[in-house]
Amino acid sequence: MKSGDRVALASVAQQNEVNAQRTGMKKSFGALLIFAGAILLLNIPVARAQQSSEAPPSGNAQNGKKLFNTVGCYECHGRQGQGATQTGAARIGPPQLSFEGFQSYVRKPTNQMPPYTSKAISDGDLADIYAYLKSIPMPPKGKDIPLLNK
Amino acid sequence: MAKSAKGAVGRRNFLKGAAAGAAALAAGTAAAATAAGAAQPVELKRVVPPAMSPAAEAEVPTGAEVLTADRTGSDFMVDVIKSLGFEYVCANPGSSFRGIHESIINYGGNKSPEFITCCHEESSIAMAHGYYKVEGKPLAVLAHGTVGVQHAAMAIYNAYCDRVPVYLILGNIIDETKRMPGVEWFHSVQDAAAMVRDFTKWDDLPISLEHFAESAVRAYRIAMTPPTMPVVLVADGDLQETPISSDSKIRIPKLTNEMPPVGDSGSVAEAARLLVAAENPVIIADRTARTPAGLTCLVDLAEALQCAVVDQTGRMNFPTRHPLNQSDRARVAIAEADVILGLDVADLYGITHTYRDQIERTSRAGTQPTAKVITISSDDLFIKANYQDFQRYNEADIAMAADSQATLPSLTEAVKRLTTDDRKRAFQDRGVRLKAAHMQALEGSRNAAAFAWDASPISTARMCMELWDQIQNEDWSLVGATTFVSKWPQRLWNFDKHYQYIGGAGGYGIGYNAPAATGAALANRKYGRLTVNIQCDGDLMFAPGVLWTAAHHKIPILHVMHNNRAYHQEVMQVQIMADRHSRGISNCGTGTTITGPDISYAKLAESMGMYGEGPISDPKDLGPALKRAIEVVKRGEPALVDVVTQPR
Repeated sequence: MKSGDRVALASVAQQNEVNAQRTGMKKSFGALLIFAGAILLLNIPVARAQQSSEAPPSGNAQNGKKLFNTVGCYECHGRQGQGATQTGAARIGPPQLSFEGFQSYVRKPTNQMPPYTSKAISDGDLADIYAYLKSIPMPPKGKDIPLLNK
Repeated sequence: MAKSAKGAVGRRNFLKGAAAGAAALAAGTAAAATAAGAAQPVELKRVVPPAMSPAAEAEVPTGAEVLTADRTGSDFMVDVIKSLGFEYVCANPGSSFRGIHESIINYGGNKSPEFITCCHEESSIAMAHGYYKVEGKPLAVLAHGTVGVQHAAMAIYNAYCDRVPVYLILGNIIDETKRMPGVEWFHSVQDAAAMVRDFTKWDDLPISLEHFAESAVRAYRIAMTPPTMPVVLVADGDLQETPISSDSKIRIPKLTNEMPPVGDSGSVAEAARLLVAAENPVIIADRTARTPAGLTCLVDLAEALQCAVVDQTGRMNFPTRHPLNQSDRARVAIAEADVILGLDVADLYGITHTYRDQIERTSRAGTQPTAKVITISSDDLFIKANYQDFQRYNEADIAMAADSQATLPSLTEAVKRLTTDDRKRAFQDRGVRLKAAHMQALEGSRNAAAFAWDASPISTARMCMELWDQIQNEDWSLVGATTFVSKWPQRLWNFDKHYQYIGGAGGYGIGYNAPAATGAALANRKYGRLTVNIQCDGDLMFAPGVLWTAAHHKIPILHVMHNNRAYHQEVMQVQIMADRHSRGISNCGTGTTITGPDISYAKLAESMGMYGEGPISDPKDLGPALKRAIEVVKRGEPALVDVVTQPR
């Protein structure tokens, strides 16, 4: 795993572990934790990555959007990959990991996310999903949206 | 079913007597005719009824059945109910309590209590559940002792888990000789409270009116003593309907509510010592603020210590924009804590541990190994074994079996006594750091809300903030649970009053929210508050008749549908299983989604006599729609806006 992904995973893990438990949801209620590994398992370098920079493999964003909304990503991550504290799912639209990190985590998640083996979703489909997520633009900051400052 | 009055003859005897009289009349006439038949016509004897005096007419004729009674046992039962101060009684009507029902609406004038018509007993109980969390006192509920309490059971369990006192009166006919054939046998049971005894605090079956009076008062006191929980009183049908004298002098005992249990002075002193000496104390509050005073008391303690507060929102415990509120970074705050104070926390283990739901389930502590844990909880005074709502055992260094709200003043006083100038300076520094962390978390939540801001289906963040925009300048009260909208209101709105949030179901039994919100709105009505409920679609579909109840009784409430067209939690649960088996999740909508066809909640509301608008799936349309609906609610009527939303 690339060092940049370790950064991203750690910071996302920290933020989303905070968010995921904020609701006080019982484990038996199926709160799914984040799309990132446990902090303790990773080295934590300095900077925080907001958006992955490595060039991903080519993928079909249109097909990716269709897959994202049918193979089980949107239920926890939201239809635009915005994440949700109630599910513990990280914001992945746009993604915070390289494709390699994304693919690695989908196959072998280290927290609450259920695993997606290649039987459930192929590498090609993952590339398409990743392309869809990369196509989602970063929104303005919260301070620039009037309704969020009331 | 009523007994005949003393001296009266039963119906069978009356008819026998009447037949005998007619026969005698006929016989006399025939005998006379026979005697005279051979010779000459017989003069028929004329039977003259006896003259009746007014006094004689006022008496009950010997042998006649009594069909009316000026006063029956149910009238006295309503006297007892009134003495306990119930504002309302919620019920779906039932013959087993027809006596009490009629006595409420006629003898009692349908006032204090007023009869609230519900379409399902689950709604009756849940309305009482929501009402209590706003008003601080219980509602009464009436139900059949068999089919009614069966319907009500889940809602009773929710109230039990949520530590809410619901006062349930069940109708039943214990004497089999008094039951009509058929329905009354199906609706009778030896022990009506048995099926809910595991999740109620106390129950009784009074066999006399004096017994009823004492048990009714006792039940109220038990229900209202922390830990507050549901109670059951069985009102026998025969006892309800037996006539009693108009001047009967059965006494109703005086109600004296018990003072809640307070933590012992030694434990309080030791807890204060630990908290004052701590570098990073954290207070975790859940069902702490039973009343508005609880919120004030918690602010006092937190400010005395300048310590982090994590609000688990079982009640409205701590202002959301208070700089010491660290709920949005709860896990980090708890991980850094050297002393943790839990105040009536439903699941302290859950908030202090991380649990991994994979094939092998594992957990790890989320606290410092040396962190000291102090708990104050009335739950420790009353734990039953069968239902496992008491959660996993969490170790503590000091455990006070007491009501946390009642204990807070003495704890705060002890903290202030021990705080030296040096500690005060350290506290101030800590307060500055916590304020910065709070502001950073708030900014983080605002940034997180910006994602999918203009999306369709509408993001839960956008929905909540459009709603906030419409209500923030009103005297508002948010009465639906916010768990399923990722707690955006707590993260972004400004809550500072006790009635602005009332927590969730307690037992996570779905179907709680709509009726509980309606019950809370009923309590808010007299204060002129704007009651708002974010309503999950699946929850509403359990008993949507509560929409009619709100329309019929003119209970102003705004339902904003969180319409993600699914029992979404179960979508994810089944998905976990499918992924675990590597079977793909394309079938996980089977048995979990509410589509094909999509339900029109606006039309559902209109069918129940309620204003309805939607479905709205463009976020730009949401603000104006909410504004229109709020105008309806401000006129004193309920309204519903159907919003098509993202899952969470």
